[in-house]
Amino acid sequence: MAAIYSLYIINKSGGLIFYKDYGSAGRMDTNDSLRVASLWHSMHAISQQLSPITGCYGIELLEADTFDLHCFQSLTGTKFFVVSEPGTQQMENLLKVIYELYTDYVLKNPFYEMEMPIRCELFDINLSQVVQKDRVALLGR
Amino acid sequence: MQFFGGSEISPSPPAPTVSGNNAHMVYVFNRNGVCLLYREWNRPLHTLNAQQDHKLMFGLLFSLKSLTAKMDPTSAERGNLGVPQLPGQGCSFHSFRTNTYKLSFMETPSGIKIILVTHPRTGDLRDSLKYIYNLYVDYVMKNPLYTPGSPIRSDLFITTLDQYVRSIA
Repeated sequence: MAAIYSLYIINKSGGLIFYKDYGSAGRMDTNDSLRVASLWHSMHAISQQLSPITGCYGIELLEADTFDLHCFQSLTGTKFFVVSEPGTQQMENLLKVIYELYTDYVLKNPFYEMEMPIRCELFDINLSQVVQKDRVALLGR
Repeated sequence: MQFFGGSEISPSPPAPTVSGNNAHMVYVFNRNGVCLLYREWNRPLHTLNAQQDHKLMFGLLFSLKSLTAKMDPTSAERGNLGVPQLPGQGCSFHSFRTNTYKLSFMETPSGIKIILVTHPRTGDLRDSLKYIYNLYVDYVMKNPLYTPGSPIRSDLFITTLDQYVRSIA
């Protein structure tokens, strides 16, 4: 059983720039993943408006019946979110690690255009290593 | 599709998870999106007027539900995004958390939605929401003078709810 089901990265205007599936039943097609990503972007913004106290930065964790969604927003507005099994721990750390990989292998890539879909081989390789390591650590427990 | 996980709704209130007065507000919507009840205890920030706020809250829950139904990684047959779903159909959600609040959500088979907004570090409130639903059934639905779909004006329900919410959060 996979610890995490999928990973999405969306840019500051809600466009999907990276999507990877790690074994959920019935992979989402491209159109649906784009729609889901922009829907999440708006829900994240609305949740800030409904806050009862000031200083809300949007949804960090959504607990659904069959999965958990952990979201991390960087200072520049890029959002990273993973869909994982319910109750999976340490997802905030995984998101921070993924953010580090993004800054190292995507933002420092001179051929990468900002806000555009991510096509960086080194990012892909390192990402799959991190996710694999996370899965092994989870199995070890 | 099971609503209450097979377990009977407990007649006694579930044990409190945290003590103190942490609850911010509670909303009750019916299946048409009419806000039957809104109570706030501790809400310093109002970004919108009351009606707009209720609409936005209902819209957020509706869209989040279609999002979770579409994202459900355990089923291959998920339909299209945004297609209206009956209560209990598709994968729903029970809470979300931001850095400033936690929202717990329950939908009953009749489409009543109960929303409780509390401190972000509150524990699982699913049993408490079931208990609030029990209160709703006892004090509102069993009241012969209540017209379904109209705002709840029962003082007895409101005071009992206030008391209960103060005891849990």
